[in-house]
Amino acid sequence: MSANVNVNLLTPEFILAGMGLLVLSLDLVLPKARRGILPWIGVAGLIAAVATALIYRWDRVEELYGGVFIADRYSLFFFAFLVILGGAVMIASVDYVKQHIKFPGEYYGILIFSILGMVLMASAGELLTAYIAMELLSFSLYVLVALRKYDSKSNESAAKYILLGAFSSAIMLYGISMVWGVTGTTFYDGIAAHLTANPDLDIGLIVGLSLIVAGLGFKVAAVPFHMWAPDVYEGAPTPVTAYLAIGSKAAAFALILRLFSEGLLPAIEDWRVLIATLAAATMVLGNLVAIRQENIKRMLAYSSIGQVGYLLLGVASLGVVDAGGAVVFSERASTGIMVHLVGYAVANLAAFLVVAVVYSRTGSDQISDYRGLAKKSPYLSLVLSVALFSLAGLPFFAGFVTKFYLFTAGAEAGFLWLSGLAMVASLVSLYYYLRVIQRAYVDQPSEGDEETAVERSTFFVPLTSWLMLGVLFVGMILIGVWPTELAAAADSASDALGTVRDVSTALVR
Amino acid sequence: MDRFDELILTIITALPFAAALALLLWPGERPKQWKYFSLLIAFASAVLSLYVLLQYNQHFGSADEKYQFVNQWEWLPSLGISFHVGVDGISAVMIFMTGIVYVAAMLMTWSTDRRVRDYLILLHVLTGGVYGTFVSIDLFFLFFFYEIAVLPMFLLIAFWGSSSENLRVYLAGWRTNFGRTKEYGAMKLVIFLVAGSIVIWIALLAIYVESGANSFDLIELQKTGYGDVFARVFFPFLMLGFGLLAGLWPLHTWSPDGHVAAPTSVSMLHAGVLMKLGAYGIIRVGVEVLPNGAQDWGMVLVILGTINIVYGAVSALSQRDLKYMIGYSSVSHMGYVMVGIGTLSSIGMSGAVLQMFAHGVMTALFFTLVGFIYEKSHSRSFGSDGEIESGVSINALNGLAKVMPVGSFMFAIAGLASLGLPGLSGFVAELLVFIGLFQTYPWAGVLAVVGAAITAIYILRLMAMVFFGTPDKRWANLPDIAMPQRITGVILIASMFTIGLMPFYFLELIDSSVELIGAIAR
Repeated sequence: MSANVNVNLLTPEFILAGMGLLVLSLDLVLPKARRGILPWIGVAGLIAAVATALIYRWDRVEELYGGVFIADRYSLFFFAFLVILGGAVMIASVDYVKQHIKFPGEYYGILIFSILGMVLMASAGELLTAYIAMELLSFSLYVLVALRKYDSKSNESAAKYILLGAFSSAIMLYGISMVWGVTGTTFYDGIAAHLTANPDLDIGLIVGLSLIVAGLGFKVAAVPFHMWAPDVYEGAPTPVTAYLAIGSKAAAFALILRLFSEGLLPAIEDWRVLIATLAAATMVLGNLVAIRQENIKRMLAYSSIGQVGYLLLGVASLGVVDAGGAVVFSERASTGIMVHLVGYAVANLAAFLVVAVVYSRTGSDQISDYRGLAKKSPYLSLVLSVALFSLAGLPFFAGFVTKFYLFTAGAEAGFLWLSGLAMVASLVSLYYYLRVIQRAYVDQPSEGDEETAVERSTFFVPLTSWLMLGVLFVGMILIGVWPTELAAAADSASDALGTVRDVSTALVR
Repeated sequence: MDRFDELILTIITALPFAAALALLLWPGERPKQWKYFSLLIAFASAVLSLYVLLQYNQHFGSADEKYQFVNQWEWLPSLGISFHVGVDGISAVMIFMTGIVYVAAMLMTWSTDRRVRDYLILLHVLTGGVYGTFVSIDLFFLFFFYEIAVLPMFLLIAFWGSSSENLRVYLAGWRTNFGRTKEYGAMKLVIFLVAGSIVIWIALLAIYVESGANSFDLIELQKTGYGDVFARVFFPFLMLGFGLLAGLWPLHTWSPDGHVAAPTSVSMLHAGVLMKLGAYGIIRVGVEVLPNGAQDWGMVLVILGTINIVYGAVSALSQRDLKYMIGYSSVSHMGYVMVGIGTLSSIGMSGAVLQMFAHGVMTALFFTLVGFIYEKSHSRSFGSDGEIESGVSINALNGLAKVMPVGSFMFAIAGLASLGLPGLSGFVAELLVFIGLFQTYPWAGVLAVVGAAITAIYILRLMAMVFFGTPDKRWANLPDIAMPQRITGVILIASMFTIGLMPFYFLELIDSSVELIGAIAR
């Protein structure tokens, strides 16, 4: 077996790692007043990394170290998406960090490392590499969540996150070892080959795969592994919450998508009902509990749990069994997942950014404090409404098209009932989103009401946040009315997943 | 066919959205300019719609081309979605009606002074959605625009609407007080409508998957022959989902509450054109894609529609609030549309389409006048009702004919159109529906005629109570309707007479398309 060691292929990843180190160490030498430049250095590095990757890997399909690292259109799609997303979070947090966080160097440096972890999760072709990449992401997130260390809420949420995160990582690792014990490989294609050769699942494999699903379920906060999410989301600094809700989920789905379509697809009959059940539970519970929330961050946390349900619906629909009984990979489902991830990321980031800006003016995250927002800042409330409408899946905005794509794929794979349930869950979500919008736009103070935090505060939106919100606003509408290019890119990424690269050597490993 | 004809439907659809964008970016605070601009846009749309109506079947050589003014753009090829627009006789009539009501509604924004910019933007988006639904012949886009039309309603009602307080209603013979806030009306409306669109959405996905054609194009889907069982299962989804927006009993309850809470121009657009989207959806998607399902369920639609007619009329009879009464009369009138579709006969179907037009114009006029009366008198009560103080009703309207002669005259015309006076729009439409009904389900025909008789009762009684007699001194100083209302009234009345006196021009158009529907028995 001649392992390919074309290390040049990893240049974009090296750039990311180098940028992380650079930002961390610049923090030490730069005088305090000049540290405002750090995020922009980081963003420049991220742009360089994306550019390098796009130029260098555009038409390249290669495996590194015998399939540990895969460079194909799929990796490239997620490289571009995740790094841009990380950059957007970085820009979105500039104003917040300036005001609330004492260690900008650590914040931005660790953020870049977590981005590196995310892109590796998408390119990993093997379970252990994926696991290590995921840990790089998780450890970065542990630190980021705890970064407001003088705030007891931040501390509490960090402690919860670390304990449960470590626990779930251990579970997943145990699952990986069991899968290795049965199949003798941790490579996705090796697992696929084993599953094809032995259609009757070994009990050890079932346990192992279930443990892996549980571990991943924790990372994406799928019911019943979601308990940590609302507390952590509430306590973490708001940009970090956004990052948790978007970035870490997107990366986990990048991993899940590759694992399930390249590794576990032959056994789809055995797991699709399980995943569909998880999806149903997740979308129903997440959206129902969100109704009761008074804190907007908790509400968005539950709503993002609901969104995970929709994405899991896509995962359950990844394979269609054709007339001959053979499993056919459904490109539509994987494209649907990718498109929905992008739409969800843009809308959710916009919503969280509004929450962050409001928080830095008012110091409150209570929904009841949002009364009067439309009067104080029409811009913020416009973006917030559009973001919430997009999350609810109303047309004109990204959410409608992406959900339509995803649900169509679900219906095609025979999950019409689940698609229907997802629509009903969206209706529930529309109800609690509308309550926020009503609060911001419609509600008037009646006599005897105290002024809300928003009404008391003087309002202005810092320039960086203003611009970022503008970009996200345009993004939501652009995806909503012209998703053609995005869908084409996701399609070509799905193509890469559907192609079996070279499994002749898979069993030898 | 030249380039302009290809683009015209896209222009008509895009114009309101472009106007919304322009208003969003309009610098400064210039409400007057915005209103004139909006009116101009509405007028332009109406003119373009009129052009489509007049040129339909003229330009294209053969009248048997189902869709005309067709244009198509690739949009999401991997799902088989394209932006595909075109009109047939039914939608040509519908977009013309939309144009009229659009202009009328924009005239009614003249007295709005709170957040004018946002209000106009939302109205434009709403109308753009309506236009888009009528001209789309791609199922995805039809649904896309359908949802867009629903979306702005929440804010429009919740912010600019009005709450009803201390109404007296008769509930199963008992008089009770009740009040409903505008937030309640708005939330109820949106949740109901989105729930309806979920049901539609499920059916769309089922239709798409079942056809296997990998296309959302209606022309493509209408060619697919669906199995009887499939059609039987999924036609009700479309019937109830779209029917909900059309106010189909028993899913109509959002409609009166919504109308009452909504500001005038929103009520006009809503009752005038938005509810028509539902009926249109039943025809275009339900009957045309699943004809065998329509044959199975036609009778149910007739039964529900008949209940609509009678129940709506009886409910209207017991209302003591002008807007609630018109809201229930809308429910009743939409019943004729539903029944007409349910007959699946070409005459009933044509009557249904004509009734959509007739009701749209008529109800817009009602809301114009009621909105004005409410704005000036702050009362919508009439008859023995309103707040009672020492035995005397203190805010019941009466004797308005003396103080607002022009307004009362226009109200009388709308009322007469509503009860189906020959020469006005309602007569021909209802007559056709009755004929279709007596040919197919005579018992329902009898009930429908009874409903029409009740309509006459409540309309005439309303006229007597509100407009005739001596005005109370509270109302002695009310002004007559202002210029915007007068222009609106003239436009709407002119179109009522146009249909009433020359229905055959419209019927020819509608018939040419109805004939092409597969499920129609000839």
